[in-house]
Amino acid sequence: MSDLQRTPLRDFHAAHGARLVDFAGWEMPVQYRSILEEHKAVRRAAGLFDVSHMGEVDVRGPQALAFLEHLVTNEVAKLYPGRVLYSPMCNETGGTVDDLLVYMRGPEDYFLCINAGNIPTDLAWIRTQAAGFAVTITDRSADYALLAVQGPRAAQIVQSLTGAKLGAVGYYHFCEGTVAGVHCLISRTGYTGEDGFELYHAAADAVTLAEALLAAGRPFGLELAGLGARDSLRLEAGYPLYGHELSATLSPLTAGLGWTVKLDKAQPCTGHAALRREKAEGASHKVIYFRTGDRRIVRADTPVLGSAGAVVGRVLSGTLSPILNEAIGSALVETAAAAAALSVDIRGTLIPLQLAKPPFVPLKQG
Amino acid sequence: MSNIPADLRYAKSHEWIRPAVDGTAVVGITDYAQSSLGDITFVQLPKVGATFAAGATFGVVESVKAASDLYAPAAFTVLETNGSLDAAPETLNKDPYGEAWMLKVRVTGELPVGLLDAAGYAQQLG
Repeated sequence: MSDLQRTPLRDFHAAHGARLVDFAGWEMPVQYRSILEEHKAVRRAAGLFDVSHMGEVDVRGPQALAFLEHLVTNEVAKLYPGRVLYSPMCNETGGTVDDLLVYMRGPEDYFLCINAGNIPTDLAWIRTQAAGFAVTITDRSADYALLAVQGPRAAQIVQSLTGAKLGAVGYYHFCEGTVAGVHCLISRTGYTGEDGFELYHAAADAVTLAEALLAAGRPFGLELAGLGARDSLRLEAGYPLYGHELSATLSPLTAGLGWTVKLDKAQPCTGHAALRREKAEGASHKVIYFRTGDRRIVRADTPVLGSAGAVVGRVLSGTLSPILNEAIGSALVETAAAAAALSVDIRGTLIPLQLAKPPFVPLKQG
Repeated sequence: MSNIPADLRYAKSHEWIRPAVDGTAVVGITDYAQSSLGDITFVQLPKVGATFAAGATFGVVESVKAASDLYAPAAFTVLETNGSLDAAPETLNKDPYGEAWMLKVRVTGELPVGLLDAAGYAQQLG
């Protein structure tokens, strides 16, 4: 796996028994001990995730706000320093270029967190979209490492290592401070549906911070958690994953993320006309979430069958919910077919899909 | 390192068989198989009385990662299946040679010559 990119924690993972795999061109830990056990540890206590593969971009300049309103579908104007916003960014046809977090540090100073697999395309897109705006776009991806501490004990664990008053940092807010002596942007965000923090810090400090969090967290039940658990946690929480529920041809409206698409904001975004049309006329397909009551995993790309047995869609994501002990997933189906019975054929067994409104488990956040 | 008990015979497709002197045998999957699959979430086993040729597909084992067919390490008739794997497939990750046995079978004819002993199976795993 020598041609893969590595985070500063690659050897840390190997030393802790991780199974390393190629994820979006990065050599990343998919699991340490057991995906199911790591998942349950996050719901029960806490998990520590290395998500340093994520991309970071500085957006600075007098027109930073105007540019970001143009770039993303959600309303950036409602941010204030210390506030975080989740938003898709769309292409001209309303398809999704990526979904990202927007951090406001100051009036002309914003910071984006983007998906690892999209860093080159996002940067090219962002720079193209920035033409004519007085902004400076800087790729900071190589400078930052990112550790996520997620779970009901996350706040106690991080608080034990910092003087920052985390009680004053609400969900989707952030502050700057030192954690275990490492300067961090401390963000109360995550991708698990639990309370937790994402700690952006200098890549050179990653091992120091990871060791400190692991040592401080172990008495609270914290475990190292890999991308396998991260995926099952996000699906249980009903969060989209780019390349599955969102893509260049899947709009945030189709994906059920209408709450992130502000068509009436003062300054419309790229894709605005297409999104407005989709909202007015409806879309031919929609993303649905399902559970089956069966342990057989309904894997991505499995055809979805309508009430007459014809193929009316395909599965986007599927896993076994370690909490519910049954298969859960999402699928893209013809809108007209979604009102009637849907099923999948798993190795000759017809399994009905029970439509569900995520989250599949009660969330502590989000 | 994989656990490879010396008293079993192995198929290249990572099933084991423990023949008894009375012509019956116990069948399961190896430690290497469970470790490669990762968290096992579902096991589909055949009905009692079903017969299989050596190398035929007798069931499916599914993990978070993937679903894999199970291949008969010998020709046999199924005498008993391990029903506890329905509710607790994760037992396969903990005790693949013991508690998580899959089938008790009556072997048809001789064991296939291609079955490996522990040393041969260890060599295959490299």
